[in-house]
Amino acid sequence: MKLWDSLKKMFSTPKRQSGTPADSSGNGGSSSGASSTSGNSRDQARDRLRLVLVHDRATISPVMMDKLKEELMQTLSRYMQVDEVLSITRLEQTEKEIRLVATFPILKINRNYAEHIS
Amino acid sequence: MVTSGKGGVGKTTTTANIGTALSFSGQKVVLVDTDIGLRNLDVVLGLENRIVYDLVDVIAGNCRYKQALIRDKRFGNLFLLPAAQTKDKTAVRPEEMQTLCEELKENFDYVIIDCPAGIERGFYNAIAGAERAIVVTTPEVSAVRDADRIIGLLETSGLRDSKLLINRFRPRMARQGDMMEIEDVIDILAIDLLGVIPDDEKIVISTNRGEPAVLDNSWGAGEAFRRIARRIQGEEVPLMDLEVKTGFFGRLRKIIGIN
Repeated sequence: MKLWDSLKKMFSTPKRQSGTPADSSGNGGSSSGASSTSGNSRDQARDRLRLVLVHDRATISPVMMDKLKEELMQTLSRYMQVDEVLSITRLEQTEKEIRLVATFPILKINRNYAEHIS
Repeated sequence: MVTSGKGGVGKTTTTANIGTALSFSGQKVVLVDTDIGLRNLDVVLGLENRIVYDLVDVIAGNCRYKQALIRDKRFGNLFLLPAAQTKDKTAVRPEEMQTLCEELKENFDYVIIDCPAGIERGFYNAIAGAERAIVVTTPEVSAVRDADRIIGLLETSGLRDSKLLINRFRPRMARQGDMMEIEDVIDILAIDLLGVIPDDEKIVISTNRGEPAVLDNSWGAGEAFRRIARRIQGEEVPLMDLEVKTGFFGRLRKIIGIN
């Protein structure tokens, strides 16, 4: 029975750690050396990959960004006049999220915008 | 076309093996090496000594494409259009590739384009004449990341019929939790799976010899490639049982049910 237990121990897969550990934010330098103790490397690979792809995929081509800006301008122009030259649309990346930042300096707000809505 | 983004994941080996397997089942196949300046498909196939003209010669009009084709005497129905070794990728334009591929498609059952690594001109040359793509990756973070980028570029280029080939998979490592599982990769990339090739030393040997691994009738990478070739021809073939490769202890574990 002892043999059985040791066999079982030998071949059983190490328990998976769910989720990413809080310290695995940056490069894999610290984690790669101690893969056998700090969760299995399959999960680390998968989690790191998922995270990196969120960032990789969050790029918009300049052409698409221009189109987006143009459409935003069109919508805005129904309500106000904005400064096209000074307006900015871009993606901004923080550690937690990726956000679309758009700045449209207002030149004039249409007085009769309520009518435009109806 | 066979593409990957990252270099060294097995595009050329894949092209050679799928091409050989297809020709083995009676299809007329031409393999086009578009890796201009870094050609390798010729040596993997063992045809390096027979090159007279190359892809750039054909494009430049120095010869007709039939003069540049090298027929693989072992199979009869397998042809190679080698890349030029002395020029660079700008020697060919996507429109020219497209015209050439149209011409080839009329005369062959399968035209397989071996794409160079990277996302520059060579990639756009390869994509120009292609109808569908095989994206090759290994179960590693860097390769999967690059594959994701390639899948995105394929979609933007209007090539929607892309399938994934996972190369150099090591079942034992995956079971021990030290390699991403097949479903992890598929899940992340969200693309249909064409097949899984186990990591196999025989690939090294077959490349040394210039004889594609599918010629070897044994189990392993060769069998996996043969199955893929059948899938490409529309047959439904189950994934290979990779468990066999895990040896005695793997089988023992399976029998006694520890997992």
